[in-house]
Amino acid sequence: MLEIKNLHVSIEEKKIIKGLDLSINKGEVHALMGPNGSGKSTLSYVLSGKDKYEINDGTIDYNGKNLLELDVDERANEGLFLAFQYPMEIPGVQTSFFLKTAINSKRKYLGQSEMDALEFAKLMKSKAEELNISTEMLKRDLNVNYSGGEKKKQEILQMSMLSPKMAILDETDSGLDIDALRIVSEGVNKLRNSDNSFLVITHYQRLLNYIKPDFVHIIADGKIVKSGDYSLALELEEKGYEEMSQTA
Amino acid sequence: MAATEQTIKQVNTLGSSDYKYGFSTEVDEIRPPKGLNEEIIKFISAQKDEPEWMLEWRLNAFKVFNKLPKPQWAKLNIPEIDYQDCYYYSIPKSLKDKPKSLDEIDPEILKTYEKLGIPLKEQKMLSGIAVDAVFDSVSVATTYKKQLSDLGIVFCSISEAVKTHPELVKKYLGSVIPVSDHSFAALNSAVFTDGSFIYIPEGVRCPVELSTYFRINAMNTGQFERTLIIADKDSYVSYLEGCTAPMRDENQLHAANVELVALDNAEIKYSTVQNWYPGDKEGKGGIYNFVTKRGACRGKNSKISWTQVETGSAITWKYPSCILQGDNSKGEFYSVAITNNMQQADTGTKMIHIGKNTSSKIISKGISAGKANNTYRGLVNILSKAKNARNFTQCDSLLIGNQCGAHTVPYIESSNSDSMVEHEATTSKINEDQLFYCQQRGLNSEDAVGLIVNGFCKEVLQNLPMEFAVEAQKLVAISLEGSVG
Ligand SMILES: Nc1ncnc2c1ncn2[C@@H]1O[C@H](COP(=O)(O)OP(=O)(O)OP(=O)(O)O)[C@@H](O)[C@H]1O
Ligand SMILES: [Mg+2]
Repeated sequence: MLEIKNLHVSIEEKKIIKGLDLSINKGEVHALMGPNGSGKSTLSYVLSGKDKYEINDGTIDYNGKNLLELDVDERANEGLFLAFQYPMEIPGVQTSFFLKTAINSKRKYLGQSEMDALEFAKLMKSKAEELNISTEMLKRDLNVNYSGGEKKKQEILQMSMLSPKMAILDETDSGLDIDALRIVSEGVNKLRNSDNSFLVITHYQRLLNYIKPDFVHIIADGKIVKSGDYSLALELEEKGYEEMSQTA
Repeated sequence: MAATEQTIKQVNTLGSSDYKYGFSTEVDEIRPPKGLNEEIIKFISAQKDEPEWMLEWRLNAFKVFNKLPKPQWAKLNIPEIDYQDCYYYSIPKSLKDKPKSLDEIDPEILKTYEKLGIPLKEQKMLSGIAVDAVFDSVSVATTYKKQLSDLGIVFCSISEAVKTHPELVKKYLGSVIPVSDHSFAALNSAVFTDGSFIYIPEGVRCPVELSTYFRINAMNTGQFERTLIIADKDSYVSYLEGCTAPMRDENQLHAANVELVALDNAEIKYSTVQNWYPGDKEGKGGIYNFVTKRGACRGKNSKISWTQVETGSAITWKYPSCILQGDNSKGEFYSVAITNNMQQADTGTKMIHIGKNTSSKIISKGISAGKANNTYRGLVNILSKAKNARNFTQCDSLLIGNQCGAHTVPYIESSNSDSMVEHEATTSKINEDQLFYCQQRGLNSEDAVGLIVNGFCKEVLQNLPMEFAVEAQKLVAISLEGSVG
């Protein structure tokens, strides 16, 4: 699905990612943990194609395609989804309209006709219900005056409606209350299948109790310093980054 | 590549060829020689079979025009206009004797309107909207006439009203925009050709949208629209105008005078979707849109609301205004002005508070892209008798790219201590992070810009009649395709 080799990235002359390798296969869930400023969000932006990042070295293969050659919207329509750490507010644009536009952009890219209005309304309603998002919410402007947790839930709603092949969740758990954390995790688990993959960025082992990862990686100073299975997250919780990076 | 950069690049690769209404129609024209003089005015008047008083009025206006200087106040770069190098009248030969029915109209002209999405034939007429179609200097046809006249509503071309309702025309024409107001107003009064006339009788709520579709077709021809709308006591009307023109390398002039009169408790809602040809990306060609629009809230509790979506024209110069004479009267101005490439716009409003408890609201959204310049110019004037007058003004500007400009020029004059004037203004660049977010959800850069700009304009667009709101949203997105929008 995704194969990152020897990735070096800098922004405004500052080196952030310094030789990162990561390989994610179909059907796998990978967790990425690491201290503040270690380059987790940077990696998610580079994968989704945000401007201004300089790729100094390395390759990224996405389902046989050179990911770095695709535009942001092409990557998205090829099934790459980023649930943002800080989702954007779009004033004047109704949430439901935004969802419809996103879905139809993808369908257009895939050469399909627009989704019928009734079918869309049904899909949105059922997905929103699963995530405990009210219909009132969907009538409001996208993310405008949403609470922190509501914004995160909105990201997961978008994800479940677009059903991506490769989803990156950047600290989706931060800001969620205990119930919301469970609901959102259930949403993610429901989407999991043998054809799609997840990269879950988090600071808290608790999320991984709900979304069981196949692999856990620890990133420090722009490199993956340790990889293992779920038990690595438990170990990390106990020892903290400092000790773990040293033993690496 | 940044979305903005990419959009700008796309804009640059797009020529004027993307203007979807740029075709012209082959018709035989009646067209007197170029030039502005008494002869041409007499010719126009004679062509229209006008009564003597109308000709006198025109000739007097021409005298006034010759004495007036060109207006100077706009922040525009207007090339000298050679009034002698322009045709003032052009009508398709087939329309010389006003056709009695659509069957008598040149099929080429009917086809033109069909291509523009304005079918005039009975079976295909837009439901809920009555249309007056103006082709160069003449009204082609007006739909739904019978249904409206049953309610006592007069909806016809101004040329026709001069003959059928002379008492109303005499009473109100030039009563809101005096001939001597400024040179374009005087010029229009001298050579105006066609436009719409509406009279809503006392107590009548007009059940359909009334609209005029202006089309400039002939080359080198100025279009001098004259529209007059009178809403009698306790009446209501919603009116919409749309405009397009073929792509031509030379500039063409559209100088309009629009007058509205609202009597006691009457309400007029006037919406414009202006999409004249803007010229190519180097600034060659395009329409000069010099428009004087003014509404008088003469009666108490009357209301006039202007909504405009200005996306076309090489130069736009217009300030739809309200004269709030009646006590408790209300004026509103909602505007979206988009300029791209080399377009220039200087637009805004004037709210003149005369009566007690009068209130006005101004919401202006200016979007500039390419090398375009966009100015909001507004005046709020509260006279001493306007006790307890209120105004709220909000002007927001959005910039796309680094080469465009936005300017806000508010004038506030208050001679009254218990009035209240609020003014808010913002200028921002289109947010790269918002664009990235939208693109991450699969929208291409143009759609992302269109979505964000439409969100930015929402407060204005939602004031358009339902039937046109969707079209206007598309137009906003399309006009940014060529510049960032
Ligand atoms: N535009 C920029 N200019 C300079 N430095 C930047 C820029 N953007 C990010 N950085 C730096 O890059 C480093 C990595 O940031 P990043 O957001 O990827 O960290 P993170 O691992 O996601 O942290 P957190 O856990 O706090 O979310 C940080 O030191 C940050 O300050
Ligand atoms: Mg981060």
